[in-house]
Amino acid sequence: MAKLTFKEELCKGCGLCVNACPKGLLALSRTRLNQKGHSPVELTKPEDCIGCAFCATMCPDCVITVER
Amino acid sequence: MIVFEKPKALTDAVLHYCPGCTHGIIHRLVAEVIDELGIEGQTVGVAPVGCSVLAYNYFACDMVEAAHGRAPAVATGIKRSLPENVVFTYQGDGDLASIGMCETVHAAARGENITVIFINNAIYGMTGGQMAPTSLPGQVTQTSPYGRNVDTQGYPVRVCEMLSSLDGPAYLERVTVNNVKNVNRAKKAIKKAFQNQLDGKGFSLVEVLSSCPTNWGMTPQKALEWIDEKMIPYYPLGVYKDKEG
Repeated sequence: MAKLTFKEELCKGCGLCVNACPKGLLALSRTRLNQKGHSPVELTKPEDCIGCAFCATMCPDCVITVER
Repeated sequence: MIVFEKPKALTDAVLHYCPGCTHGIIHRLVAEVIDELGIEGQTVGVAPVGCSVLAYNYFACDMVEAAHGRAPAVATGIKRSLPENVVFTYQGDGDLASIGMCETVHAAARGENITVIFINNAIYGMTGGQMAPTSLPGQVTQTSPYGRNVDTQGYPVRVCEMLSSLDGPAYLERVTVNNVKNVNRAKKAIKKAFQNQLDGKGFSLVEVLSSCPTNWGMTPQKALEWIDEKMIPYYPLGVYKDKEG
């Protein structure tokens, strides 16, 4: 199973990964902020992630590490 | 097994770019190429003036900061004195196509064996969104509030097309990073530009159409769509010169 790890403090909440996910599994947090005040990205259904790394490819800030 | 992580040729410094700025993606692509070619220890980068002025904090190789627009001239000097090293410049459109046009054209005409990564976002980002030589006709910027008027402000400069008329350059390609497919293509182009230098082929320039959500006044995703809708029709993607091909 694929596993995503987020370096949350680097996330600027731009949402490019959210739009890149072919399964629509990513969303910006509605309940948390990181220290910079951005809503960090979250994986809503980890079990459905296929590890395609599209999110990490579009992330400008190297927030996401993908394992498969 | 890790299939995607931060490349080693990027430092741990936090990028200062605005949310959604594609400079981060392009930094990563350059760093991935440096990792894949195994040239981190022999690479010297030249940072520009503009948004990417702090690029020297982000690349783990040796970096030199050039005066505004002079990166190709500085890179020429470094390459000629250290011919065994790989020398690249990373420049925006205000740096390369405006104040540095002379250095760019002459470095290309001389066919210097350097790699130039040219980031075209059609606006001056760092100074607050003024009109650039690459701003599109009708584009609203801080200094063209009614849209760029070509009668008084002229037409945008197409750098790849212009340089392709010279005999000096070995490789000119225009790519973009507005979706996953284009990011992968951009990486191939950047890798080829570095490989050309290792093979001694001469001047290689990759123009990357980039977004500026802050100064375009759009969300990051809308800015990527704007590249498709407005920029690519004016700046067609493709290979403009490839001495082999």
